[in-house]
Amino acid sequence: MAIMTQSTRGGARPGAGRKPSPDPSTTIRVPGSQKAAVLDFVRQRQAGLRIPSGMEIFAFAEHPPRRQFPLMSHAVRAGFPSPADDYVEKRIDLNEELIQHREATFFLRVKGQSMVDAGIDDGDELIVDRAIKPEHGRIVIAAVDGELTVKRFFQRDGVVKLIAENPKYPDIEFKEGQEMLIWGVVTRIIKSV
Amino acid sequence: MPFGVKQDTSTFALVDGNNFYVSCERVFNPALEGKPVVVLSNNDGCAVARSAEVKALGVKMGTPWFQMQDLARKHGIIALSSNYTLYADMSNRMMSLLRQFSPRQEIYSIDECFLGLEGFNRDLTAYGQEIRQQVRQWIGLPVCVGIGPSKTLAKLANHIAKKGPEWNGVCDLGAMPEAERDRLMASIEVGEVWGVGKRLREQLAAIHIHTVLALKQADTALIRRRFSVVLERTVLELRGISCLGLEEIAPNKQQIVCSRSFGQPVLHLAELSEAVSSYATRAAEKLRRQSSAAGAIHVYITTSPFREKDPQYGQGITIPLPESADDTSRLVRAAQWGLKRIYRPGYRYAKAGVMLMELGPAGSRQQALFSDEGAENRSARLMQVLDGINRKMGKDTLFLASSGIVKGWGMKQGNRSPCYTTVWGELAEVSG
Repeated sequence: MAIMTQSTRGGARPGAGRKPSPDPSTTIRVPGSQKAAVLDFVRQRQAGLRIPSGMEIFAFAEHPPRRQFPLMSHAVRAGFPSPADDYVEKRIDLNEELIQHREATFFLRVKGQSMVDAGIDDGDELIVDRAIKPEHGRIVIAAVDGELTVKRFFQRDGVVKLIAENPKYPDIEFKEGQEMLIWGVVTRIIKSV
Repeated sequence: MPFGVKQDTSTFALVDGNNFYVSCERVFNPALEGKPVVVLSNNDGCAVARSAEVKALGVKMGTPWFQMQDLARKHGIIALSSNYTLYADMSNRMMSLLRQFSPRQEIYSIDECFLGLEGFNRDLTAYGQEIRQQVRQWIGLPVCVGIGPSKTLAKLANHIAKKGPEWNGVCDLGAMPEAERDRLMASIEVGEVWGVGKRLREQLAAIHIHTVLALKQADTALIRRRFSVVLERTVLELRGISCLGLEEIAPNKQQIVCSRSFGQPVLHLAELSEAVSSYATRAAEKLRRQSSAAGAIHVYITTSPFREKDPQYGQGITIPLPESADDTSRLVRAAQWGLKRIYRPGYRYAKAGVMLMELGPAGSRQQALFSDEGAENRSARLMQVLDGINRKMGKDTLFLASSGIVKGWGMKQGNRSPCYTTVWGELAEVSG
């Protein structure tokens, strides 16, 4: 065994230690419990593995996204508000204009010709309000023999009947004790032109 | 006082639709009036609503359609597929109308809601009749009204009003003397009490509590010891001490489930995958409607236990998401990845489902270590546009192609009525 003196041990040795790197390293802190998971994750990424879809990893933004803004080519004039500003109002909404009781209003489609003289044609849509009380002379929807039908409501001198507005169709008369259900009152007719 | 109960007198009404689904159908199809009608569950499986005529024939809730075929032929029972679009719209109309009867409303289910009536200085039975008549007139639906000093008593009153025609649809337990109330309670089986299910009923029978009155008079300490604080609270509520307040704002759901049985057995992964994608899409819509994001998604598939000759298999998998998400495409991808893990060829699958879990508010979600915030914003904007278009133009106007276009696995709805109130092309016809 060679005898060594103290002067040959320790001290700086040229060329020893970590080689200088073009990509200097840095330290990050992660929760201790997650260390393995993070390392695993980074290794998978380095290996170019794809994580199952749904857990996809989005790429790092290597170049920060750039956004272009248009240059104004004309001057913006300030201080002159539109003279109409004070008059801006909400546009007309047919739901608001034509529907009085939202919960009780239904649309129905007509099939048949029995009301043509009242302006109700085959294929027209009706706005029907169930909240309105059916009165003599109004156009109503009634349930007759298990079917919904549109007719004019007649109620005078103890006589109740449903009148068709087309001479080719008979009226529907009701006798004492016979049941008739008024389904709703027609408020508007929608026609295609 | 237990549970910090306030001693102010509370008054609740429970308004509940009679045979709600059947009644909705009858509004637009008066031919069904007076006839025995059942509404069948998804895929026309079993009865989910029965008209009074069908109840009188002894058909129980949940009876499979094939088991009542003979009865149906004999009595001319009309079976309809469920039309939830119609029922939901009619329900919204009813709830909105009922809101006008009290500033305080708790919507409890599609066909029932509680109203707070304290401080209404008037004859509440008459008020109940007013409610009943207006819902019938405006919307066409028959309802019953139960009134009482606690929610449990209001529920019980509603049951009484429904069963006995002499009540004419309205029963106020708060207005009657205690002795009369007790007499009524003695005649009602304990299983009719809100929150007392089949198992609890059996356990109560074991200690000789068979009627509502017996439960009301039970020793609260004993009930708490042998059962739970919840049942003790029920006892107090039966005594007229209100322990449960109105929940006026429905809490956001903690889980969102979308599952269906298939119209016919499904064998192939491709079709299953379409179904799962379509359920995940539906669930994601619900998720965004309540402004939540999901932290995990569960997918399951199963064969039909009713096809006893088929080999049976069922499996589920929960997929945690690296970042909670509300984006349809991300949730669908996760669901499909899970499906591939649990799918086994050679089985006839009858049902699949998707469940979103670990829900949190959409804004405050945890960002993953490696995430791209730009993508996050893009996805939020895309989902906004998607939901906007589908709301305006109708369900599934825009959808992920992975949900499939033909949908061979879709529901059987042999006899569904038109969507009278929500689709312009399906309006009810009226003979002119």
